[in-house]
Amino acid sequence: MDMRLQISPGMLRSEFVSKITELSGQDINLCYQCGKCSAGCPMSFVMDLLPNQIIHSVQLGLTEDVIRSRTPWLCASCLVCTVRCPKGIDIASVMEAVRQISLRKSEDFIDLAGLERGTLAELPAIALVSGFRKLTG
Amino acid sequence: MSYYPGCTLKTKALNFEASAIAAMAALGVNLVELPRWNCCGTVYSMAEDDLAHHIAPVRNLVRVSEQGSGKVVTLCSFCYNTLKRADLLMRNSPEKRDAINAFMDEEIDYQGDVEVVHLLEVLRDDLGWEEIAREVKVPLEGLKVVPYYGCTLTRPQEAAIDSVENPTVLQELLRVLGVTVLDFPLATECCGSFEIVSRPDSVTERAYAILGMALRKGAEAIVVSCPLCAHNLGQQQPKIAEKYGNFPGIPIIYFTQLLALAVGISPELCRFDLNFGEVEALLEKKGLLPQCERSGVGE
Repeated sequence: MDMRLQISPGMLRSEFVSKITELSGQDINLCYQCGKCSAGCPMSFVMDLLPNQIIHSVQLGLTEDVIRSRTPWLCASCLVCTVRCPKGIDIASVMEAVRQISLRKSEDFIDLAGLERGTLAELPAIALVSGFRKLTG
Repeated sequence: MSYYPGCTLKTKALNFEASAIAAMAALGVNLVELPRWNCCGTVYSMAEDDLAHHIAPVRNLVRVSEQGSGKVVTLCSFCYNTLKRADLLMRNSPEKRDAINAFMDEEIDYQGDVEVVHLLEVLRDDLGWEEIAREVKVPLEGLKVVPYYGCTLTRPQEAAIDSVENPTVLQELLRVLGVTVLDFPLATECCGSFEIVSRPDSVTERAYAILGMALRKGAEAIVVSCPLCAHNLGQQQPKIAEKYGNFPGIPIIYFTQLLALAVGISPELCRFDLNFGEVEALLEKKGLLPQCERSGVGE
């Protein structure tokens, strides 16, 4: 498999990278890929890209890889990565920024109409409100 | 003391609220529900430009300010986290504070003058373990539990009620009540939270890891402080049993229910009927129920 990756100054300074920086308030270039975020992440077992790979992809300006990834939608905002990052990056806020970029284009992760009545009745308000707040626009 | 209930304490977690109010009254603390409270939004908005979603929690802080009590206590860990971080934002970001205050022009300006605390902090810092120990009428001896903090009591650092990685407040309280507290490595590991709405299968796996560890440690129950943790750890158990088989199950109990029981509140008021798992059967087996019924409410 060809693992070569071509990056350009344009990718590194893309609108996507500056939007992530602006929304998260984080300097993602501080990350040196130690992997501590991924090591502690309780949801990594269902992610396609690990949290450190998301950060690396943002650093390289790989917009499509980040936007297409399911990882930000599986992040439960538990903040383990954020409190453990040795470089002080609030990784959970970077995940929120990625979600926001999609949500602001009305690309919801939950199909509200598709939720069954029984599920809605069983779930407590705290689950529904937080789920809708995080995964719908 | 001003008390903020939040949405789930009034619906699926009535057992959490009822036991807390009764227990605190027995300890001489009146939890007075905040008038005209609204949902806090459950989660704190982390996008830098998203001020709109801070309005709901800040509006509640305005209500507390109006009461003049200067302090508000929550039971729900999510409410605690959202209100606490909204307060910190208003204290530490003058530009955002001014914008939010200007938007809510029908309200008094919020100046960051309310202390947001979780009930565990009130028990530890205001009452203290010694005073609580003196009020214990029914020591919960022989009951073996693991403490489960979830995410929002100890993260992020600035909102943590205790050590981020090794909190002890829940263990300390439970030991004062006579409970045997077992070491629990997954005490602050996330249960999957709101992913229960979109990816319930992933929450099943999270719950299985946490509950399985609790069982291997020899726990007879898991003690929680969050209605979402309680739901995820409880309601996933039938699915775990179905998927993995040979899963004995384990009851989920709010810390306030054990506190209430220990200070002599009647088990009926603790509403164990709303818990997941056979809590009453467990307490009865331990000889902790009949004694309790004799001691009655607020004795």
